[in-house]
Amino acid sequence: MENTNTQNRRSFLKSSMLAGGGLMLSFSWLANAQAADKMAAMNLPDQWNELNGYIKITPDNVIKIICPNPEFGQNVMTSLPMMVAEELDVDWKNVVVEMGPHDNVKLGMQFTGGSNSVRMYWKPLRNAGASARQMLIEAAAQTWGVPASEITTQTGVLLHSSGKSAKYGEMASKAATIPVPKEVKLKTPKDFSIVSHSKKNTEGVKVVTGKPLFGIDYKVDGMLIAMIQHPPAFGMKLKSFDASQALKMPGIKDIFSFKLYYDGFEQGGFDTRTSNEMIAIVGKSTWEVMNARKKIKAQWEPTGDIKETMMGRGGKREVTIPGRLETTSDQLALMAEYGKKPAQQLRKDGDPETAFINAALVIERTYNAPFLAHNTMEPMNFFAHVSEDKALVAGPLQAPGWMEPTLSKILNLPADKIEIQMTRMGGGFGRRAYGQYVYEAARISQRLKAPVKLIYTREDDMTYGIYRPMYTATYRAALDANKNLIAFHVKGGGIPENPIHANRFPAGAVDNYLAEAWEIPSNITIGAFRAPRSNFNAAAEQSFLDEVAEAMGKDPIAFRLDLLKRAKENPVGKNNEYDADRYAGVLELLREKSGWDKPENKGKKRGVAAYFCHASYAGHVVDIVMRDGQPYVEKVTSAIDCGIVVNPDAAKNMVQGAVVDGIGNAFYGALTHKNGAAEQSNFHNYRIIRHNEAPKEIDVHFVQNDIDPTGLGEPPFPPVFGAVANALYKSTGKRFYNQPFSSEMSKS
Amino acid sequence: MAKYSLKINGKTQQIDVDPSTPILWVLRDHLNMTGTKFGCGMAMCGACTVHLDGTAVRSCSLPVSAVGKQAITTIEGLSADGTHPVQKAWIEHDVAQCGYCQSGQIMSATALLKTNPNPTDEDIDNYMSGNICRCGTYLRIKEAIKAAAQK
Repeated sequence: MENTNTQNRRSFLKSSMLAGGGLMLSFSWLANAQAADKMAAMNLPDQWNELNGYIKITPDNVIKIICPNPEFGQNVMTSLPMMVAEELDVDWKNVVVEMGPHDNVKLGMQFTGGSNSVRMYWKPLRNAGASARQMLIEAAAQTWGVPASEITTQTGVLLHSSGKSAKYGEMASKAATIPVPKEVKLKTPKDFSIVSHSKKNTEGVKVVTGKPLFGIDYKVDGMLIAMIQHPPAFGMKLKSFDASQALKMPGIKDIFSFKLYYDGFEQGGFDTRTSNEMIAIVGKSTWEVMNARKKIKAQWEPTGDIKETMMGRGGKREVTIPGRLETTSDQLALMAEYGKKPAQQLRKDGDPETAFINAALVIERTYNAPFLAHNTMEPMNFFAHVSEDKALVAGPLQAPGWMEPTLSKILNLPADKIEIQMTRMGGGFGRRAYGQYVYEAARISQRLKAPVKLIYTREDDMTYGIYRPMYTATYRAALDANKNLIAFHVKGGGIPENPIHANRFPAGAVDNYLAEAWEIPSNITIGAFRAPRSNFNAAAEQSFLDEVAEAMGKDPIAFRLDLLKRAKENPVGKNNEYDADRYAGVLELLREKSGWDKPENKGKKRGVAAYFCHASYAGHVVDIVMRDGQPYVEKVTSAIDCGIVVNPDAAKNMVQGAVVDGIGNAFYGALTHKNGAAEQSNFHNYRIIRHNEAPKEIDVHFVQNDIDPTGLGEPPFPPVFGAVANALYKSTGKRFYNQPFSSEMSKS
Repeated sequence: MAKYSLKINGKTQQIDVDPSTPILWVLRDHLNMTGTKFGCGMAMCGACTVHLDGTAVRSCSLPVSAVGKQAITTIEGLSADGTHPVQKAWIEHDVAQCGYCQSGQIMSATALLKTNPNPTDEDIDNYMSGNICRCGTYLRIKEAIKAAAQK
């Protein structure tokens, strides 16, 4: 039985009977999604515009809410179901949350990334909850022969003034026959009893008891273990190999080389791959495969320049990937050289050239940041079982909908014959939006016609990463004789991508403004890393603004507030991306909560930074003390405006984590190269922040408002870098321009 | 290959593996106990932490041949339902983000509390610094350890 209610082209709700009775409600995900326009801009296939999810209520009153998006620690398996449960009006204790299968028609885009989950699903999920509730009320009204208007709900129970009552489950089958309401009324935030009330992680018990939640834990009978020997450096490829000794090792089934993509394959934006031909080692157990792998004798040779066909923004294009074997010192020299050349103009307001000529003082500073490895604690891995006519793949991934078309092409199977299961991810940070390891597992399974789990070692994961790009930017500020800021110029570039967000603060706040960018092609693979580009900009720009404020003789927060006042009252130029009021609000809250205006305690030095990204506003005040002669971030005060906070305690956890991550990467994060090979391979030489280096206290404050939720996973991360740099200046008297700061410290 | 009889979580388990096989892979591949995690393979991250006669060890670097009669305890051995005081503290403080490192963190914390029932912040920092959390949940881990210490 099925009722469909078409509201408009992109929006429909559908109810149906569960097998064995009960209500199942599917609904449009994107009916009211603010991000719909952004998705279109990302060139997503049309079919993703109609996207659905599920609520299931069984006759025995089990309320099951399906989480569409893969979980990587951002807590969507709790926050998204909370939004449904709020409007459905059920007891949270009775809700069972289940990770959904991959189904872009029924469950939506299912993309974890871009701080999108909560903001994209905020209205559609609440609509679904409210619609189901309304249908249950209607079902009860018909059953009892009373007007629907006389029926209310109370945490999963339907109540009538006559004293009649029924649990949702009792009315669920009847509700499935009720037409889906055309319009439903959503609660106002003051009436929320689940949303904005902290709920514990729905998988918390499973995590602490070691249940097999993660991709690496996936196992089926007869499953083989595979590892891959990639080339030893970017710019190298397989020439030949001898596996005769390795094949004699115990437990080894097969060793072979294979190509990931066929010749002429058109790469989508998330098909980034580190190399195209590799050696697979397959055997019965991980340790046996690891040992056999060491016995392979492989010869490698330079790739030379490679021509590739890319499908991305702006359609199909041919690109040449340079074959050079890169070394970090050369990369830095090349970036410095490019920084002096003319670049592409991204935005210009007023007459910056003249303003700089007429300036009484010009401040110019250059900032550099290295490649960063994601280093998810769970290394890349994936399960695949590919047979003649179908494929099952399962494991940790952020974007199943982007990987399915590629799997379909490289396996030569129709998309509907490919089943993708999403496990919990042991971290993502952007890395698992790229499907190379998924495709590798599928290719290996296809060849062996057997179930296979591919596992990367930490060394594989780190040395053949899809890194945060290497970035640089030169900032210039022009001050007039009265120390007013009259012009601002940023010129930035990177390997192989530039970091510039031309329409962000302080664009809009300065009369004469220029943003320019350039890029250096490279064979080192890069991709999204928690708050892409922003994670560099916030470090560079926020450090620079601190220096400008100092030159102007202004307090760093007061200086930013002055600029924001200007941007609000008399904005310069067009397309300014940020809301000056919300930006200022975060700074004001930060000033209050950090005690910014009180004198610093002896030995404690402070730095501030605030940044806008993923539609949210975040700032930090970092307190540094010297400990054993080394600067130590002892306390951080954080202020965030991400609109309504769905799950406050988990949100606080996320912000604290972003602060720790930011401090760690600012001080220690770096992936360098020598002749194309990564110089760091494991945690002995890639330093990750540890317990004793984390602050003693991270005091998190959210701006209280009723604005629909905006992003949270990424926004608190970027400004940490700037706040750390500014506090370091206060405590050491030295400005830090090059990440990681620990390296710059040891050089000074 | 060689036969070993291992005492794991109070049960005796028979396995036939290469003597160099780390306990991590014995647990994960041969005994299907996947609560103990692979993170680095060189004892640098602590994701694979188990107890050997009550002492925290990195199972990725502990060959099966070195275990002998010593008793192994894994995350599954604390409790299957999350009722061990340290697990309870983790749930109470909603520590986990991605959760991958947490079985190792919990095993380290449990071993710490065994020898030091009332650790200071500095004790916790020193003891726990071998366990990396990429999500940055260190502050909550510390709170949870202090809460468990009170139980």
